Amino acid sequence: MRFTDPSVVAWQGVIRRLPHVDRVGVEERAAQLGKRSIKTTAKQQGIRLAVSMLDLTTLEGADTAGKVRHLCAKGVCPAPTMPEIPSVAAICVYPSLVATAKEALHGTGVKTASVATGFPAGQVSLDAKLRDTEDAVAAGADEIDMVISREAFLAGDDTRVQQEILAVKERTGDAHLKVILETAELGSYDHVRHASLLAMEAGADFIKTSTGKAASGATPGVCLVMLEAIRDYAERTGRIVGFKAAGGVSTSKAALHRLVLVKETLGDEWLTSERVRIGASSVLNDLLLQYAKTETGRYGRAEDFSKE
Amino acid sequence: MSSSVETRTSIVWDYAPAPESVDHVRLEDRYGLFVDGEFRDPSDGGYVSTINPATEDRLADVAYGGPEDVIAAIQSARAAAPKWAALRPLERAKYLFRVARLIQERSRELAVVETMDGGKPLRESRDVDVPLAAAHFFHYAGWADKLRYGVNAREVEPLGVVGQIVPWNFPLLMAAWKLAPALACGNVAVLKPAETTPLTALLLAEICQEAELPPGVVTILPGDGATGAALVRADGIDKVAFTGSTAVGRDIQAALAGTGTPLTLELGGKSANIVFEDAALDQAVEGIVNGIFFNQGHVCCAGSRLLIQESVRDEVVAKLWQRMRRLRLGDPLDKNTDVGAINSAEQLERIEVLVAAGEQEGASRRTVACELPERGYWFAPTLFTDVSPAHRIAVEEIFGPVVSVLTFRTQAEAIEKANNSRYGLAAGIWTDKGSKAFEVASALKAGVIWQNTYNHFDPTAAFGGYKESGFGREGGPAGLRPYLRVVR
Repeated sequence: MRFTDPSVVAWQGVIRRLPHVDRVGVEERAAQLGKRSIKTTAKQQGIRLAVSMLDLTTLEGADTAGKVRHLCAKGVCPAPTMPEIPSVAAICVYPSLVATAKEALHGTGVKTASVATGFPAGQVSLDAKLRDTEDAVAAGADEIDMVISREAFLAGDDTRVQQEILAVKERTGDAHLKVILETAELGSYDHVRHASLLAMEAGADFIKTSTGKAASGATPGVCLVMLEAIRDYAERTGRIVGFKAAGGVSTSKAALHRLVLVKETLGDEWLTSERVRIGASSVLNDLLLQYAKTETGRYGRAEDFSKE
Repeated sequence: MSSSVETRTSIVWDYAPAPESVDHVRLEDRYGLFVDGEFRDPSDGGYVSTINPATEDRLADVAYGGPEDVIAAIQSARAAAPKWAALRPLERAKYLFRVARLIQERSRELAVVETMDGGKPLRESRDVDVPLAAAHFFHYAGWADKLRYGVNAREVEPLGVVGQIVPWNFPLLMAAWKLAPALACGNVAVLKPAETTPLTALLLAEICQEAELPPGVVTILPGDGATGAALVRADGIDKVAFTGSTAVGRDIQAALAGTGTPLTLELGGKSANIVFEDAALDQAVEGIVNGIFFNQGHVCCAGSRLLIQESVRDEVVAKLWQRMRRLRLGDPLDKNTDVGAINSAEQLERIEVLVAAGEQEGASRRTVACELPERGYWFAPTLFTDVSPAHRIAVEEIFGPVVSVLTFRTQAEAIEKANNSRYGLAAGIWTDKGSKAFEVASALKAGVIWQNTYNHFDPTAAFGGYKESGFGREGGPAGLRPYLRVVR
């Protein structure tokens, strides 16, 4: 799909009214959906679904080839004793470790995702961002997680925000582009909604809440605002944009809450890893513990599952 | 695990049934009248079954007070009145705090019984009705020793015996709204719960026993319209407070005309929920849903007249319809149910008649296609568009999950249309502009106005109507006034 230069994008129906978001209302609705009772079979299926949507992530300075291989093995087969638990959707690493992950995941169906564009702050030149992207793609990344320029966004330069996304998009080739808004730094739900729209208009395949490095991440309110933006965009243009919740989703309850938000905002057809991802490093083992509990009736210990 | 690629796309996810357990609820087979601190058989009234509107199963038999029972109840209340009025205010407060805490302690049971007897979703009885009922007792307990500050007087005194009649839509909550201020002010109360939903009021009677409230201070007299009519006309009633339909309210006011007995009425409504083009539309849609589908629309202040600015009408209606289709209708005891059962066969018929009138008069009807349970009384959420202000569904209170959409072009037109009603209970304003919200709010003739929210209740806020929605206020310091006489 070709995207026009954002400076001449015809904002049909958008000029008149930029979307407003009411903080109290959106948080109330998001909290209400957190009260859905997910028990028995719904809990089992929900956990399996959440695992299948995971972008199992390691983004640390201390990451090595060895650690990434372990994580890949874990992602392909999260719980050997429970074969009904599916593989995760992707393993997400820094560009320098993409080749390692790609090799470890070969033939498994699990994708290799890479952050890029000067992750997490994005405070480097556009050239450096593009080079970063090209490296990751050349190393075999199936998916690129880029960050928007919060500097440009907060300075009011929407055009530059979009032009950067367009430029990155041109270099991702067949790789899927996830655009990270880093909502904790945007300052309001109005901004979250507006940034979602900018990213989608510029060609994002997914919009993603956070880097996981900021003070807060995929809060229920932020997720709901982005899901509503995706829904309205799909309605207006017919194009499906995916959603990735990342940052702070560390328990099964939190993961299932995000799935409830998706289910009741976008509908059942969105409950697939092609459209929804959960980015996390620690939630997988809690999902496995909770799943095991539904089978055995008792809570296991953290040591029951390998860390990687 | 290479098969996982197929597995991941084939996972279907729906919520499993999550019914709240009823094991902890022990209902008596029959409940008498609660008079003089104990349950007793009616002398000239009979027993009538109360049913679960979601299943049509009988829950218990409940005594109906006859004319003689009413007289006996008032006698017992009169006997208790002087001592209760003379009690040190702080002592009265202690009883009310005790009742509030006991409501909290028995909250799970009260929520389940409220849902079984009335059909409302457990989510609401658990999160709204019961906690708010406790909150009202807590709030007015705090006023008991500060009454003159609440009404700005040097000396006040209670009125005596108050007769109170509450409706079936919020049985426990309305009982709390009525009892808590009356008792805090030093009155004793004779309360008649609605005929289809007497059970939680009777559990509240048990709570009064547990709290060791002096006999006669609270009397619970279940019954039908005849019991209520006898109560308001009886000698020895010093004040009447009624919440219910405008027709019955009118009848009561006629009966009391010239008697000097003070009266407060909280009646029907056809409240306008006004959505401006600059509103946060997704949250407005949530507010519309809360406004009209909360408690199946059995809410006197329901936002049943939806006024949408023409420029965003299509967008809001599309979003609303999409949202309505996600409402989960079914077993009210299921924790994931959003819309429960209609309270009674009679009410269901009333809704059906008005909806049929809407179609006949040319409005376009859309009803959510969902499976209705075979037994019980159900009505799926319904949206009417192409409604003109003259249609019956734009004028008359439906008291069901039915919303009528009208449009307006300018702020002035919105105000004019909103005020063009016999009623004036509540209104909602949806806009991101603070100045506009205040301007519109001061021009609306409605007792309760919500901005960017709807159907939120709080014991500190006054609630009541204009015009045919009644008079007098409940809640907050304003709610003390109807239960006090200012001496000087």
